[in-house]
Amino acid sequence: MAALLQNPDLQFVLWTLVKIVVILFGLLGVVSYLTFAERKIAGHMQARTGPNRVGPFGLIQPIADVLKLFFKEEFIPAGANKVIFHIAPMLAVIPALVSFSVIPIGPGFIVTDLNVGLLLFLAMSSIGVYAITLAGWSSNNKYALLGGLRSSAQMISYELAMGLSTVGVLLLAGSLSLVDIVHAQQKMWFVVQQPLAFVIFMITAFAETNRAPFDLPEAEAELVAGFHTEYSSMKWGLFFLGEYANMITISSIAVTLFLGGWNGPWLPDSLKFLWYFAKLGALIFFFMWVRWTFPRLRYDQLMHLGWKVLLPLALLNVVVTGCSLYWVLNR
Amino acid sequence: MIPILFAAFAAILVVSSLLVILHRNPVTSALFLVLAFCALAGIYLLLRAEFIGMVQVIVYAGAIMVLFLFVVMYLNLGHDIEGGVHIAVRRGLGWILGTVLVAEGVLLFSRGWGPGPVVPEGVLPPPGNAQAIGLLLYSRYLFPFEITSMVLLVAMVGAIVIARGRSASAPRPEGRGAARERGTATPGATPDAPGPGRGVPS
Repeated sequence: MAALLQNPDLQFVLWTLVKIVVILFGLLGVVSYLTFAERKIAGHMQARTGPNRVGPFGLIQPIADVLKLFFKEEFIPAGANKVIFHIAPMLAVIPALVSFSVIPIGPGFIVTDLNVGLLLFLAMSSIGVYAITLAGWSSNNKYALLGGLRSSAQMISYELAMGLSTVGVLLLAGSLSLVDIVHAQQKMWFVVQQPLAFVIFMITAFAETNRAPFDLPEAEAELVAGFHTEYSSMKWGLFFLGEYANMITISSIAVTLFLGGWNGPWLPDSLKFLWYFAKLGALIFFFMWVRWTFPRLRYDQLMHLGWKVLLPLALLNVVVTGCSLYWVLNR
Repeated sequence: MIPILFAAFAAILVVSSLLVILHRNPVTSALFLVLAFCALAGIYLLLRAEFIGMVQVIVYAGAIMVLFLFVVMYLNLGHDIEGGVHIAVRRGLGWILGTVLVAEGVLLFSRGWGPGPVVPEGVLPPPGNAQAIGLLLYSRYLFPFEITSMVLLVAMVGAIVIARGRSASAPRPEGRGAARERGTATPGATPDAPGPGRGVPS
């Protein structure tokens, strides 16, 4: 047994598994309380109190919600493609959790420092399109299909602008590894040098997570509930989980790329992760704030914004960053 | 460790590639092709070509296959039911080409030919191969790189011209947003011109 534990391969696997379990369960716990936070914030923005009946200040509410979800009837429509109907909710959660593995939470605290970490995030966000598209198609429901088609068009269009908006940061940091990008921001956050890219990234982040004002795939006024009309019980819960996990992941990427990651004054290295959590919390609050403030875009406005405004601006940002970097380096 | 992972990825790749051509439902076939691309990306990762692996997922699994799936779903293709002379000719051609391919494979294996020059063991590419690929692309292979981008640009322009030609001659009955917008938009400029070029519906 002791000899087996000396095996470097096994040690690596065990240590990685421990980190994965810690981050996974931490993330799931945070997600359930984010739903509570969202309801509280929404309540106070609309001059209500929000949930306050279950436990002190309503703090047990998420647990009650999850229990209720587990005991709901699981319903599968008659004409549905059953296998794909089951796979789609899993696809909604897994990519968000996978891309969390390359996010540096604190100095040295990361599941794996991949040298193409940013590309892994982009790859996973493009895999995430399948969840909604397949959910919409396999439900055999016209509203779900329309929601699925809308979402794939929306996510493909905004992925381009999102990818291009990160190029400026890559040029400045000179690396695709998120750890190196955080280290490159010790003196100055990239949001100072790349304000345009930050704005574009945040707008595309709303579109990629299908949050308001880009929640056309589930526009309840026209599509009932969009792609998850036919989903019930924990399968619906997985879509909900996926949305919040995606929100956390994409906010973490924004913190890492533009807001300096765990960099911050005063705290010693072992506590620097608190800075990361503070920035993450601020961005997630921003997500909720926007959701309860702005009206939904119309479909042609969405396409117009993505293709004719954000994409050219992101390209311009790449050109300007490249030219100024060349000028600075060869002065 | 690595041989086990390679065997796993290779098995997934072979099985899902077979299911792409053997499965009757086009949507399921497309999904197995996505799985095949992901398994291939895994093999690239094992070869320490992280950049190629990730680009494989982003471009093939994430962009091209989504558009494929999109078209299949949009046309609502059911089971592949065909008959008559066409299918007979196609089947015959398939059998002939398949036999030739198998014969080639048998010939190669019987002569014990290796698959080209093998990279010597122990020489691993330096970490950060994205830089290496970038340097090569923009220096030694600059001309092919630019030619490729020109080809893609021509394809894009062609798609836009085809899409605009159709919408200018006859108003599309299915274009909900486009048809309603025509009164307010400038003539000839559809509000969603880039959309149809990439297979994105208006």
